[in-house]
Amino acid sequence: MTASTTTLAQDALPAVKLDRIPLLLLPVLALAALPLIGSFSTWVTLTFAGLAMGMIIFIIASGLTLVFGLMDVLNFGHGVFITLGAFLAVSVLGRMTGWTESPSLLRNLLAVLPAMAAAMVVAGGVGFAFERLIIRPVYGQPLKQIMITMGGMIVGVELIKVIWGAQAIPLPLPTAFRGSLLFGEAAVEKYRLISVVVGLSVFAVMFWVLSRTKLGLLIRAGVQDREMVESLGYRIGRLFIGVFVAGSALAGLGGVMWGMYQQTITPEMGGQINVLLFIVIIIGGMGSVGGCFIGSLLVGLVANYAGFLAPKVALFSNILLMVIVLMWRPEGLYPVGKR
Amino acid sequence: MIFSRLLSGDLPRSRVLAVVLVAILAGLLLTPFAFPGAKALNVAAKICVFIVLVASFDLLLGYTGIVSFAHTMFFGIGAYGVAIALNRMGPSWSAVALGVVVALLLSLVLSLLIGLFSLRVKAMFYAMITLAVATAFQTFASQLSEFTGGEDGLTFKAPELLSPGFSLSEHPFLGVSLDGRLIAFYLLVAVTLVLFLLMLRIVNSPFGRVLQAIRENAFRAEALGYQTVVYRTCSNVLSAVFATLAGALLALWLRYNGPDTSLSFEIMIDILLMVVIGGMGTLYGSVVGATLFIIVQNYLQDLMKLASEGMSRVPLLRDLLHPDRWLLWLGILFVLSVYRFPTGIVGKLRTKARGNT
Repeated sequence: MTASTTTLAQDALPAVKLDRIPLLLLPVLALAALPLIGSFSTWVTLTFAGLAMGMIIFIIASGLTLVFGLMDVLNFGHGVFITLGAFLAVSVLGRMTGWTESPSLLRNLLAVLPAMAAAMVVAGGVGFAFERLIIRPVYGQPLKQIMITMGGMIVGVELIKVIWGAQAIPLPLPTAFRGSLLFGEAAVEKYRLISVVVGLSVFAVMFWVLSRTKLGLLIRAGVQDREMVESLGYRIGRLFIGVFVAGSALAGLGGVMWGMYQQTITPEMGGQINVLLFIVIIIGGMGSVGGCFIGSLLVGLVANYAGFLAPKVALFSNILLMVIVLMWRPEGLYPVGKR
Repeated sequence: MIFSRLLSGDLPRSRVLAVVLVAILAGLLLTPFAFPGAKALNVAAKICVFIVLVASFDLLLGYTGIVSFAHTMFFGIGAYGVAIALNRMGPSWSAVALGVVVALLLSLVLSLLIGLFSLRVKAMFYAMITLAVATAFQTFASQLSEFTGGEDGLTFKAPELLSPGFSLSEHPFLGVSLDGRLIAFYLLVAVTLVLFLLMLRIVNSPFGRVLQAIRENAFRAEALGYQTVVYRTCSNVLSAVFATLAGALLALWLRYNGPDTSLSFEIMIDILLMVVIGGMGTLYGSVVGATLFIIVQNYLQDLMKLASEGMSRVPLLRDLLHPDRWLLWLGILFVLSVYRFPTGIVGKLRTKARGNT
């Protein structure tokens, strides 16, 4: 046994086998839903809606799962960054009504992109302060972490209410994002297409950073074994704060997307989505970005299919999905080694 | 000596704390006479209910070291049990009894299941799972609107003895009319006192010591031969049972129950704040925390209104002091207390008292 491993190690590092079964879940689920739904065009619409919702959830949840993987910190206050992003989008877009109401897609994009940028920058900055002030003093104390991040969220939500007021604010879609495209009989809302594109690009960039750069290597190594990375001379603390800021910024971006998806935003929206995020990262395997991606899409698809087939069940579909996945793989789809 | 036995040997151990506790008890007992008006009585009743609720949460969080976000679920089960029974069967004591018993059984089974399934995992996962379960239960309750009245909730009549129409005597006593509300209030105070002393008895028993040992070091407790999962589950079930009773008390007092009064996540956050600010790991902390929080919740707003009007020229400060922002200040207090004095007000007072002697 030992002899064979040493020879292997001398030749080349054994390639990590990609576990493909969870990947198959998505097409299997989608195909299984087709006969139940019956009509092909409805199925296309629902599938797109599910994928769009899943992509937005992924943007929000990816930071949460990485932060947990790196430092065992579960941020119950993650929702604040979502809310913050959405409210910033309202503020920025509100100043650019001339461009959001113009029918030209280019102008709409020129209005939405700065809104997204502002949301990411501010959410990232607030994330930095949040990590320093709220989370840093309680590393390694899970009980306090849960409470302190919860407290941070309460204070954050109240501060958002101080700045923007406590009432719900409408966030209308820019003109060119409204309406839907027809593919044969199937109608697909334009905004959902946009969400899928944005979500896929975020996933692609993140995948590239994590698998092709040294930074990504360090992050992945840190998720696997924090102490080992430290003992090799890398400061995991700095790495962590970088990931935390990036995660907060992504939550801000996700907040903009989610706000436009819902078209109304409230100061409580972040807290309401928290449960969904936890379900997603539990399904994916805490700390795994790939698992988080598949988990998000599964949640999005199941929510939309169930919403069409059995609206009453849809309210619990996420939890049911979590229970089923955990019965199959108790540590989530892609368990992260050390736990 | 009797006194010490009554408190299960767990004396306040601080003169200031003792004075505060006596003041709270006296304040509650004298409310109908000292502070006339419906608002004061309602505030006092709410304090009583929350003392039981927060103490039961402390049993879990402070004594066993488990963070659960499903506590309002059990609170809600108790409240809905009484509400549904009284709403369906009319105002009678047998309806109250049936409602409470069914609610207790439901809480027992649910907490047992949740405990056995998920108390083996880390604190973090338990917090997440309970959050998910509680959210699902809330949706479930509002969906079953035939039984629960949905978002509108249920109104019902309390048994005659407790209803405002009932009168003990024609003549008011010390300027207070002796009606059913007064009886209901004193019944509430008495039940609160009994339940509180019972919980004090539990946490100071050998069983309670094991819970504390698990909180301090679960691995060591296991090594000493205590099955931590069993003890944790017991603690979970006990805490759920007391929360259910608190819910039943609330429903009986309000003669109404809806999702916002007993099930909502806001209440969960309130409880968390009360436990931590008052002091985790000591039941007196829940008394102090609940009393302080509810008084602040009901009266700080008036004070902040004054301050906010005084600051009407300073835009940001005015908004920060807006009466609706009271939770902001309590949230900050909460964050600070987790860092600075994790044992809360009671812990601080006790340390001080120990320092003096």
